[in-house]
Amino acid sequence: MRRIALTVNGIRREAEVEPRLLLVYFLRESLGLTGTNVGCDTSSCGACTVMMDGKSVKSCTVLAVQADGAEVTTIEGLATDGQLHPLQEAFRKNHGLQCGFCTPGMIMAGLGLIESGASMEDEDVRLGLEGNLCRCTGYQNIVKAIQEAAGEMRQPAPAAQPAAVQGGSE
Amino acid sequence: MTQVAEPEAKRWVGGGILRKEDPELITGQGRFVDDIALPGMLWLAFVRSPVASATIASIDTSAAKELPGVQAVLTGQELADDWALPLPCAWPIGNRTNFEDPDDPRTPDHWPVVKDRVRYMGEIVAVVVADSREHAADAIEAVDVDYDELPVVTDMMEALEEGSPVLHDDLGSNEAYTWGFTNGDVDRVFAEAPVVVKERYYNQRLIPNAIEPRGVVVQPIPAQGEFTIWSATQIPHILKVLLALTLDINEAKIRVVAPDVGGGFGSKLNVYAEEAICLAVAKRLGQPVKWTEERSENYLATIHGRDVIQDMEVAATEEGKTLGFRVKLYADFGAYMQLVTPGIPILGAWLYHGVYDAQAYGFEATGVFTNKVPTDAYRGAGRPEATYAVERIMDTLARRVGKDPAEIREMNFIPPFDEAREVASGLSFDSGNYHATLEKAKQLAGYDEVRREQQANDGRRDGKLLGVGLSTYIEMCGLAPSQTLAALKYGAGGWEAATIRCHPTGKVTVITGTSPHGQGHVTTWSQLAADALGVEPDDVEVLHGDTAVSALGMDSYGSRSASVGGAALYKAAEKIRAKARAIAAHELEVAEEDLEWKDGKFQVTGAPDRAKTIPEVAFTAWTAHALPAEIEPGLEATAVWDPPNFTFPSGAHICVVEVDPETGSTRIDKYVAVDDCGTVINPMIVDGQVMGGIAQGIAEALYEEALYDENGTLLTGNMSTYRVPSAAELPGYVLDRKVTPSTTNPIGVKGIGEAGTIASPPAVLNAVADALRYVGVEFIDKPASAERVWRAIQQAQGQAPPDRAPSGGGTGAASMTPEEEGGVA
Amino acid sequence: MIPAAFDYEVAESADHAVSLLGEHGEDAKLLAGGHSLLPLMRLRLAAPSVLVDIGRISDLNYVRDGGDHVAVGALTTMEEAHFSELLQHECPILAHTAGEVGDPQVRHRGTVGGTVAHADPASDIPTVLLALDADLVVQGPGGTRTVPAREFWKGIFESALGPQDMLTEIRVPKLAGAGWSYQKFHPRAQDWAIVGVAAVASNGDVRVALTNMGETPLRASAVEQALASGSDPAAAAERAVEGANPPNDALASSEYREHLAKVLTRRAIEGARSS
Repeated sequence: MRRIALTVNGIRREAEVEPRLLLVYFLRESLGLTGTNVGCDTSSCGACTVMMDGKSVKSCTVLAVQADGAEVTTIEGLATDGQLHPLQEAFRKNHGLQCGFCTPGMIMAGLGLIESGASMEDEDVRLGLEGNLCRCTGYQNIVKAIQEAAGEMRQPAPAAQPAAVQGGSE
Repeated sequence: MTQVAEPEAKRWVGGGILRKEDPELITGQGRFVDDIALPGMLWLAFVRSPVASATIASIDTSAAKELPGVQAVLTGQELADDWALPLPCAWPIGNRTNFEDPDDPRTPDHWPVVKDRVRYMGEIVAVVVADSREHAADAIEAVDVDYDELPVVTDMMEALEEGSPVLHDDLGSNEAYTWGFTNGDVDRVFAEAPVVVKERYYNQRLIPNAIEPRGVVVQPIPAQGEFTIWSATQIPHILKVLLALTLDINEAKIRVVAPDVGGGFGSKLNVYAEEAICLAVAKRLGQPVKWTEERSENYLATIHGRDVIQDMEVAATEEGKTLGFRVKLYADFGAYMQLVTPGIPILGAWLYHGVYDAQAYGFEATGVFTNKVPTDAYRGAGRPEATYAVERIMDTLARRVGKDPAEIREMNFIPPFDEAREVASGLSFDSGNYHATLEKAKQLAGYDEVRREQQANDGRRDGKLLGVGLSTYIEMCGLAPSQTLAALKYGAGGWEAATIRCHPTGKVTVITGTSPHGQGHVTTWSQLAADALGVEPDDVEVLHGDTAVSALGMDSYGSRSASVGGAALYKAAEKIRAKARAIAAHELEVAEEDLEWKDGKFQVTGAPDRAKTIPEVAFTAWTAHALPAEIEPGLEATAVWDPPNFTFPSGAHICVVEVDPETGSTRIDKYVAVDDCGTVINPMIVDGQVMGGIAQGIAEALYEEALYDENGTLLTGNMSTYRVPSAAELPGYVLDRKVTPSTTNPIGVKGIGEAGTIASPPAVLNAVADALRYVGVEFIDKPASAERVWRAIQQAQGQAPPDRAPSGGGTGAASMTPEEEGGVA
Repeated sequence: MIPAAFDYEVAESADHAVSLLGEHGEDAKLLAGGHSLLPLMRLRLAAPSVLVDIGRISDLNYVRDGGDHVAVGALTTMEEAHFSELLQHECPILAHTAGEVGDPQVRHRGTVGGTVAHADPASDIPTVLLALDADLVVQGPGGTRTVPAREFWKGIFESALGPQDMLTEIRVPKLAGAGWSYQKFHPRAQDWAIVGVAAVASNGDVRVALTNMGETPLRASAVEQALASGSDPAAAAERAVEGANPPNDALASSEYREHLAKVLTRRAIEGARSS
């Protein structure tokens, strides 16, 4: 067993874990954060995507011990003060989910994509979601939802920045 | 259409309200089976056979039992007395012609854990019970099984040959059944027709891939002999009945819950070994148990779909007027019959003439056992296969008689109709306007422009081959009526139930027997109830998927939920309104006939300000202070709807592709779908179903295929080798619709859950085939993977110089074998 | 699935990692981003008894100017390599190809050193390094040595790394202004390459290497010679499969791979010459 300490959704967590414990099971079973799902065993489907130190990662392919010291955000940590995150709003508004099983991972992958400053053209969003599989929606509404959320998230700050750049840079 | 005395105002039906299901699912508060953890819960894991055919010489579980945390290791022999019956097959078809009574249905015994002989890779040979997921996983590696390997047969045509290894010795052969019927003088029509076109198609084996793998949790209350079973299932009601029978447990002591279920597509429409085993182990040990399927395990443990060879024929005049359709199909069932395995080909049996007129019709199916995972319902189940064959052969016929694929369709369409009409197979279609959907689709796709571009540039666009394909599909939904199902030897009814409970506070609970897993029934049923009762959708709570809450139900599959379950809800609302009318009349001191249901309330005719709403009546009915003499307190009604017929959604899909002639890669340039699913309750949800369905069909057309080698090893054993496409591979979709309300049910809905998957594979394949004409390819089958396309081009170019003349059938001649590479079929 | 149990050690430095490997013997494995090793362990196709986590060695994550070359620390992630301005300028084929590996989540964790050391012939980065004539810096119990890319990969999952060796740095030549192309054929964006071809054109000379056409990444020497002797790209590309031994599996037949290798080689040469 090994002692780890990490911050999950803003809360510091400490635990004794077996080295082989995958981060996703640490989140789901040790912390009870069952929003992050497991859909495959080959790092293919992306259902387990979370943010780790500001980057989207597949939490089924990270050991909990590797996350020692990290900051992790899961789907449960997105809404703040009872307000849905723009991505959550956009997924609902655009019918970007059906069964909802891939959705937490899809939203976190979308978050990673938007925060990386990626282009939000159709083809770029689609390519940016290459690591996330959905069997229900056919993806079109997911792409729309991410584009719409990006529009909101990347709006120029209201004050003092005369020439805020729309969209990200790489 | 069924006459309804008081059609409710459509305030909510037809509107795109946002889904009520979403808030929990977008915040991580969804509750799937794997999210359930119970105190003292034990984990199950299964030892699965690595070989496809063997007798079990011995199993040594002693080492596994010594490992930390292991509570029990159980073999098939040890569990043999836990089963009252084998795993159920609810649709034993049997050998039949023209609906005579079947002889022996030839359903082989299928035990949850193998007793002595393994018949496919992945079959369960032992069960491990441990205190953690990790310990269970460790223990299965320590179980030592000695297999005496037996010959393997994976090819269904070889399996039918004399001398093939036989899977089930007591059956004597691998032929599960041969079932067929004819309508009209099909032999004469084919003998006399000037043009007969014949092709062989292979609907490859597919793996459903609901993104949530399956899972089961069982909580026993040993002192009461009670069990609560949570399962990632589409069919909690059916599962309850059949598990009670399989384990001989009092059905009233079993509660099945389908919590949030992460997609099904038919793969969770079953009674699985793991469900029976979890229940048996919980019963034995008196402790809660859990099993969560791994994805690569899912590929071996959960049913596969399709795997059907079709010899398809159409008879026509010189001009291409269709005279008859005839098909002989072979369906690979895998090693056993799962819940409705034998019925899958039958679900398409009446549809091999599509939306086209003909005088004669013939259908025959042979089911075959092979050493592979059992096949069963996969999105569309029987109808995608039928649609694929019909829509492909119509293109071949078009080329044979020198007509455009659009023209050959238009000249053969059944004319528009809005009353039920008998068609060539003998079925009665409910309504349809096939010209209208095709016309609209052609406009949206720029069909004529694409044809002109092809002609102008010899089928090229920027070095790629340009192709356009059509699919003017028909399908049938809402498995019904129960008597018809009886004639087809289906083991259950086709009805559905709904209960409406109007609370004194004005809120409404709807309890449905359907069991959604992504389709949005909570939202859609709320819209139906809101209109029917004059309340807001947010005032309606929809409960489902728990047999303790929803006592009556037949669950969700076959695009039946809206057309059968929605109709049941409509009927329950009629009962509510009938009772509420009596109470309202009593309160308003008028005769019932003096009330009209308008704007969501009962108004006194001529005095609309004197009115009672359903919530007001519900309060009156609850206090019971002032009810008419014959009226019971409370405002609640249950209706069970048994539909008089199937429904028949239809539509036109058009796909434009660009094929790289060097690598064989296909890129979809444009995809247009114009569907007619009858009345639309929630357009946003309907469009979502269409898009998801098309994506799954494109996956079938271009990407996915479960491949076995000759030893019965699944070669595409996980998600990195079985190619479920992502957003990066799929196109955007252009959608539109036409509405011809169904005459089968009072709300006019037809069903839309499977249409996209049924329509799209032939649209894509016809487009690829159209493009490949320009390099002389005469035939290409699914999946049109880059390698398959490249091979087809190689083959065409290895022969005579590319021939642009009409290709395809010839008179009854061209019989193409399914792809020879890859080790299947 | 769940990996089999193992012991876990954190290496504080490359020296420490090498000594931990020495301590734990042959069944110990280095863990960087884990995106090659953990999937195998989850399917229990690999079951090392000890994992030495080198992911926390902070001084091996860099892309820096090494004078005549660009030095890439072994723990640089694919994403960092992809967005490195230095690589984009001096060795754009490597920056580009790092963005072709896996998917965004994989690129956030997977490291350049990890994919090189893992020696999977379907990996993209080794092919590019082979075409670049990169040098690989290896630290072992006897000190540091440099292995040319041509001598590094020995077979499927086999490399010049000994049981106690650790790859610490990848050195690629500065090739600003050179033409380049990496052609990856993969049915799905997230798939491994069915076949990949890297071409680098500089000083009139074209170097070509192939992904997944044998047990290691391969230099297409026959193609290079043909080009050097004046063949046009199409003719030269016909020789792409000389010496190749592509796999024949459920994903593609060997003859299709051979065909693709020729097509992609021609496209890569044309792309390199025109860029």
